[in-house]
Amino acid sequence: MERRSVRHRRAAPSVWEGLRYRGGMGQWAWVLHRLSGLGILLFLVLHVVDIFLAAFGPEVFNKLLFLYHSWVFRPFIVLLVFGVVYHALNGLRLVIVDFWPAANAYQKPMWIGATALSLGVTAISILAFFWEG
Amino acid sequence: MEVRIRIQRYNPEVDEKPHWEEYTVEVEPTDRVIDALHQIKWFQDGTLAVRRSCLHGICGSDALVINGRNRLACKTLVRDLGKVITVAPLRGFRVIKDLVVDMEPFFRKFRSVMPYLVNDERPPAHERLQSPEERARFDDTTKCILCAACTTACPSFWADSRYVGPAAIVQAHRFIFDSRDQAWRERLQILNENTGVWRCRNVFNCVEACPRDINVNKAIAEVRQALITGSRGLPLEDDEVH
Repeated sequence: MERRSVRHRRAAPSVWEGLRYRGGMGQWAWVLHRLSGLGILLFLVLHVVDIFLAAFGPEVFNKLLFLYHSWVFRPFIVLLVFGVVYHALNGLRLVIVDFWPAANAYQKPMWIGATALSLGVTAISILAFFWEG
Repeated sequence: MEVRIRIQRYNPEVDEKPHWEEYTVEVEPTDRVIDALHQIKWFQDGTLAVRRSCLHGICGSDALVINGRNRLACKTLVRDLGKVITVAPLRGFRVIKDLVVDMEPFFRKFRSVMPYLVNDERPPAHERLQSPEERARFDDTTKCILCAACTTACPSFWADSRYVGPAAIVQAHRFIFDSRDQAWRERLQILNENTGVWRCRNVFNCVEACPRDINVNKAIAEVRQALITGSRGLPLEDDEVH
């Protein structure tokens, strides 16, 4: 067996290794919180761009609107509704847990409530989108 | 019953990177994972490196990633895991060999929060008395055995190893909320730094991982509350107003 000089491996686990950890509900609540946050940021950038285009007159702006009305884009709007509501409600859960240590005992039911409410609002938004379309 | 144990092996002197090796052992369903590891080390492959000491869940030296989550090998029964068991070293520490990691950075953080009673007053003739209520205030965090299962289950620690981590905060909590302690403000200041309690994202992996069932997240929240209010919330504390 050939001996080699000892190299110290990077101790920090990768994101992939982290995601493979079988954490509890809290870990997935957190992952979803991060993903919804990134999704909202992505939409905000897009939104800033479309509002910026409005400065060039209604024709240019209207040309871009086809994007939001297309069937390809619709699922993303539904996802955005879920993302915004989930991020807000789960954020409230985190604030409550942060400021009232006793609320730690209720973090799981609070997450279930936040997620159920987010899904409910998303379901209603799907109906609304179909109604309009 | 026969179980297959997949172990992450790594010898930095010969291996380029960690790899998995599989062993088949005959165990009782009521045997613990550490018993299976002993069988492998004693009768199949003596080169396996694993650390354990008391074997009764109190020394905290055999915390491992078992079937994907942190547990003590001496407290986890084989029958609760199924026919295939995976065992890997704790995440976020340098691997010395196989399942043994370098815990020194962890203990350095433990020492950084002054984990000892500080009281410069002349001690009374007998012990420093404390009411049952005052003792109960920090009872939960006295149970910590420094196994690092919580800290190495924490995404904030994985992302940045400078984070002091849940275990050190639990240790700080144990003394911050001790009515006899006089250095609680200093400890709060240590935890107020950007490597301290504010890095916690309430992921709750620490609570799930703790083999002593400490509500780690609650302890962290209480430390944060003490930082925000500038008070420990203990009765008969007239020195707590800023």
